[in-house]
Amino acid sequence: MSDLQSPASTGTAGKASSDAPVKATAGGDAPSAQAKSGRSFLPRSTLLRHLLVLAACAVLAVVVLEITSPFQNSQLATLTYYAIAAGGLTVLTGMNGQISLGHGALMAAGAYTTALFLDAEEPLPLPVILLAAIVVATAIGALVGVAAARLHGPYLAGATLALAVGLPGLAIYFHDTFGGEQGMRVRAPQAPEWFGSFIDAVSGNSASSTKWLAYVGAICLLITYFFLANLVRSRIGRTWRAVRDQEVAAELAGINLGAWRVLAFVVSAAAAGLAGGVLAIVVRLAAPSGFTIVLSLSLLTAIVIGGLGSLLGALLGSALLVFLPPFVTNLGGDFGLSQTEAAQLAPFVYGVVLIVVMIFVPAGFVGTIRLRWMTRKAKRAMAQAGADGASSRG
Amino acid sequence: MDYFVNVTLTGLTQGMIYSAFALALVLIWRSTRIVNFAQGSMAAATTFIALALIQAGQSYWVALVVALASGFILGAIVERVIIRPVEGGPELNAVIVTLGLFVAIQASIAIIFGSSFQSFPTPFGVRGLEVGDTTIPLTPTSLYIIGSVLLVMGLLVALFRFTRVGLAMRASAFSQEVARLLGVKVGGMLTLGWGLAAVVGSLSGLLIAGGSFVWPAYMDALIVFGFVAAIIGGLDSPVGAIVGGLILGLALSYVSGYAPRGSALVNISALVILIVVLLVRPGGLFSSATARRA
Repeated sequence: MSDLQSPASTGTAGKASSDAPVKATAGGDAPSAQAKSGRSFLPRSTLLRHLLVLAACAVLAVVVLEITSPFQNSQLATLTYYAIAAGGLTVLTGMNGQISLGHGALMAAGAYTTALFLDAEEPLPLPVILLAAIVVATAIGALVGVAAARLHGPYLAGATLALAVGLPGLAIYFHDTFGGEQGMRVRAPQAPEWFGSFIDAVSGNSASSTKWLAYVGAICLLITYFFLANLVRSRIGRTWRAVRDQEVAAELAGINLGAWRVLAFVVSAAAAGLAGGVLAIVVRLAAPSGFTIVLSLSLLTAIVIGGLGSLLGALLGSALLVFLPPFVTNLGGDFGLSQTEAAQLAPFVYGVVLIVVMIFVPAGFVGTIRLRWMTRKAKRAMAQAGADGASSRG
Repeated sequence: MDYFVNVTLTGLTQGMIYSAFALALVLIWRSTRIVNFAQGSMAAATTFIALALIQAGQSYWVALVVALASGFILGAIVERVIIRPVEGGPELNAVIVTLGLFVAIQASIAIIFGSSFQSFPTPFGVRGLEVGDTTIPLTPTSLYIIGSVLLVMGLLVALFRFTRVGLAMRASAFSQEVARLLGVKVGGMLTLGWGLAAVVGSLSGLLIAGGSFVWPAYMDALIVFGFVAAIIGGLDSPVGAIVGGLILGLALSYVSGYAPRGSALVNISALVILIVVLLVRPGGLFSSATARRA
């Protein structure tokens, strides 16, 4: 079947890059954009570089949240929890090669934890509650991860699929604690006073509760991505990729495959737990209907379209999840579909996009661009080497 | 005692449907090494075709035949057009393509047939048979379900054992290169395999719909249970799929019949059963000892 794969390849710059575009995980494998460039103004230390990017993104986030309308603020808040969960999933699937169809269930764990803690008479401070959400999701993730580490491919997909369907069922069984089918209403935390004066100083807008939640989401998103980006560029990230690409070679190099797989699952579950916590306070509801299999599949869609293994890709894919459905639904309405029919257009488009992306550009958006860029650089280097060789002979 | 027999028979009937669905997954896995997550929504699509025919005044049996035939065509088209480009590629790509197909087909059912609940007829009654004075908890519908699944399985065994086409299909599943060298048209066999699997999947969809309600996502539970059954049996073994389906059907029936408020526990117990089986045997119950994966 390999003859059918070759049209997808674009590179001529050596064996390694000519078969790379077929792999879905190509997006995460390129070094971070500045790492190899000689005349970069950015510092050489990865941590410092990422801190600079973090600061720039924080400023950008404030600007975006201040120039957009309250409705767009709430859309952006939705974007943040999708992006946090997708970031964790892209590390698991793209970096470590484990597929998970159960991240919706881990988000549910985070969301219910947050809802329970906020339900108390005197709720703890929000960061503590979100931390608790992370801890609970991490614990569940560790349990599942231990089982998952022994499985691969379809077996893993099946086990996590059963998790996605099974775990929200517990909320129905213990309906006295978790509110059954109706779920739990979440009391949205109040914005602290300094937030109002901060917004007033920055833009003079009114500091609504929607805006506060969007800021909470953005802060969580930035912190998560900062951690994940550092992790991916560290020894841990390299080990994950080794485990993904060459099990035997990694094992010979002294890597304990199982332990590293569990670690990847745990990290990714932690992100999903935080995402669930943010979801709970943004949506103000934690109910089983919010954590269907469709949620887990949407996350997978986001990371595949963006480019597996790339955090930027996960962010872009999540943006697509948030902004595509209203757009497509409107389009359907314009073509004379009824309300309910138009609402189904969005999943239809998701599905078709997933198939088309996987068949024609399996490296996803970010992965494809990175590969193009690297291929061009390699070509230029080869041309340079050829010219040097010719001049030295002449 | 009556209650126990009743619960057991319900479990067996459900288990037969899970077995059929698991068998469809195993057929595809054996030939193309792909798990078809779209199996459920493909079956749902053919069930809705059958429902449309029945609502237009056709008999159940005409609708059944048309639905199975359209299942075959749908399966063959899906393999040729969508699956072929990712066959033999990285595992992850194929999984994602079938997931995309799952979402897309389910959404198009909702667009074409609407997303409301509709009742689906059954050709036989759902009241227990009466033998003398006692009513035994065995309904004609469950007999019909068990009988038709057994019939289809028998036909499949006959096809694979006793016909040239079956031999060619087994050869191309065993080793594509060798089969191709010996003159087997492997591509055609794969398409045929997907078509047959879609027929079996459609049958399980029609059976579980009988006497109950259908909506575009009604197969979601069956996808999960059929998949769990196939994995319990060890994806490679048709016998394993059948045994796995029966085990799962019985176990879930006992959980929902005996545990307090057990129906809410059905999904999570499927997960527990799966995890326990996989922790003991990571390749499923009927997996043969394989060579080391590189």
